[in-house]
Amino acid sequence: MRPIYIAGDNIITSLGFTTSANMEALMAGRIGIHITSDPHLFPSSLPLSLVDSGILEEQFMAVLKHYQKKTDSSSFTRLEKFLIISIHDAIKELPYKFQDQKTLFVLSTTKGNIDLLEERNRALFPHRRIYLWELARIITDFYGFSNPPLIISNACVSGIIALMTAFRYLSSGMYDQAIVTGGDILSEFVIAGFQSFQSLSPTPCRPYDALRDGLSLGEGAGTMVLTSKMEKSSPIGIKITGAATSNDANHISGPSRTGEELGFAMLNAMKEANLSPADIGFVNAHGTATPFNDEMESKAIALAGLLDTPVNSFKGYWGHTLGAAGMIESVASVQSLRDQMLIRSAGFESLGVPEPIHVIANNEKREITSFLKSASGFGGCNAAIIFEKG
Amino acid sequence: MNNIISSYSLIRPGHVRVNEGIEYHDENFITFAEFIKPFFKRLDLGYPKFYKMDPLSKLGFIASELVFRHVKLDLYDKKRVGVVLANANSSLDTDLVHQESISNRSQYFPSPSVFVYTLPNIMIGEICIRHRLNGENAFLIAEKFESKQLFDYVNELFQNNRVDVCLTGWVDLVKDKFEALLMFVEPSGMEISKEKSGKVLPFSEETMDELYKIM
Repeated sequence: MRPIYIAGDNIITSLGFTTSANMEALMAGRIGIHITSDPHLFPSSLPLSLVDSGILEEQFMAVLKHYQKKTDSSSFTRLEKFLIISIHDAIKELPYKFQDQKTLFVLSTTKGNIDLLEERNRALFPHRRIYLWELARIITDFYGFSNPPLIISNACVSGIIALMTAFRYLSSGMYDQAIVTGGDILSEFVIAGFQSFQSLSPTPCRPYDALRDGLSLGEGAGTMVLTSKMEKSSPIGIKITGAATSNDANHISGPSRTGEELGFAMLNAMKEANLSPADIGFVNAHGTATPFNDEMESKAIALAGLLDTPVNSFKGYWGHTLGAAGMIESVASVQSLRDQMLIRSAGFESLGVPEPIHVIANNEKREITSFLKSASGFGGCNAAIIFEKG
Repeated sequence: MNNIISSYSLIRPGHVRVNEGIEYHDENFITFAEFIKPFFKRLDLGYPKFYKMDPLSKLGFIASELVFRHVKLDLYDKKRVGVVLANANSSLDTDLVHQESISNRSQYFPSPSVFVYTLPNIMIGEICIRHRLNGENAFLIAEKFESKQLFDYVNELFQNNRVDVCLTGWVDLVKDKFEALLMFVEPSGMEISKEKSGKVLPFSEETMDELYKIM
């Protein structure tokens, strides 16, 4: 197995359009979740983390111009704009070409262009744009990738599975580089669904806190460029060294009672990376702030031997971004590994989960060499992935 | 190490095939609902959870039951059984039902029991719950059945010892348009499930393409 490095990245959320803009916001403790009233999204007001549409348009026009595309901005959906901008920002300074046979494009999304099912949007785009493969084709064509895209749609663990699959294919030599992008938009469809589950908090979410009362929804996109051919002159190299998935086999919409299955996904990822729990610098967990998810995660963290390891969730900053979550949270965690900085878990004050996990309450400079990122989702799916320095 | 397909099922409107045998054939087939309910009853599984599933999960569930009938699943470590599925339409069939429930403000009734099925991997969850399978999972989307995509994914799982066995295949459904090809993959020579008299099907893109074309 050859090492797989991260060559470029991007995050688009309510907090900014680049990784560095988002990291600055995280370091400053800025929260992107705000009470929003938009009848197209939900009949009453609720806290959401929304990407600014004006800046989105400006950024997208600049990207169209950069690639000398004659197409009109209105022929791309909101999500396609997210994805195209995110990829552009991640690759723009890289010395590589991405149009060859050794490059794989991986797309992670739960619902794609789901807003096109709404009556008001139906006439705006061809019907086929609702299919995830058509969404992936639009991006593939825009950048001229030569291989068919690999599309992962596996609920809230989609982003980690996308990164994991690219890592596996690159380390086994099937491809030399991969552009892995995840994105989801906020829509009437998704908000109504989570609201019907009564899983939305009336205030910005508070992962692992005693007073947590549900999740906050967000939207965004994230990209990581992975390569097996890192240039020696690159800045601090970060590599992926292990990853695993598992299924609870317990309930389609509720997490495992024991956390055992997420726990062994974490253990399998550490085993592949040849690391012991004591080597892990921090865990960036899923932390949706629903009572049951966070409870289950604390048990999994305990079972994986990670009770002494600092834990955070980024959902308190930009909410749950679904198919983008695994991507953007991995990118932000990679940056905090580069910066040797543990980032505060927003919304957390006092521990409200059964196992005594160490939630990061304040930003803290610390020497760390690796981290574990995890997620769990509907369908009982769990995933864990490990990133290391060097 | 080479892997084999030790059991498979194929479902298309009016036709069900399991390994070498025709399980069901009805030229007068009309709808998915007309087919699936009596077929489920005939299997006599005593599994009432089936009735609350959405049509896509029902299709995947039945296809997996037909495969597993010829597999000695209890002999495997459930943490080492993978499930990797794919389709073209994701969960569009149920997406349309959920969208309908919220499209009119005076009749705004989204339901959690519908919404949960607006993810294609819920079908993997249903199959895992039924057989207590805890191993590797992934749901892939492609415009059409791509044997290469599934082969690459599953082959990597075996090559790097991430699974002992794997259920894989294609389960796609929108309204009355549906098809399923599910296959149980085991390492060759180690197979527990393969009946001795049966034909050996190597797990390869070619075999998958041939099976997909049968009906």
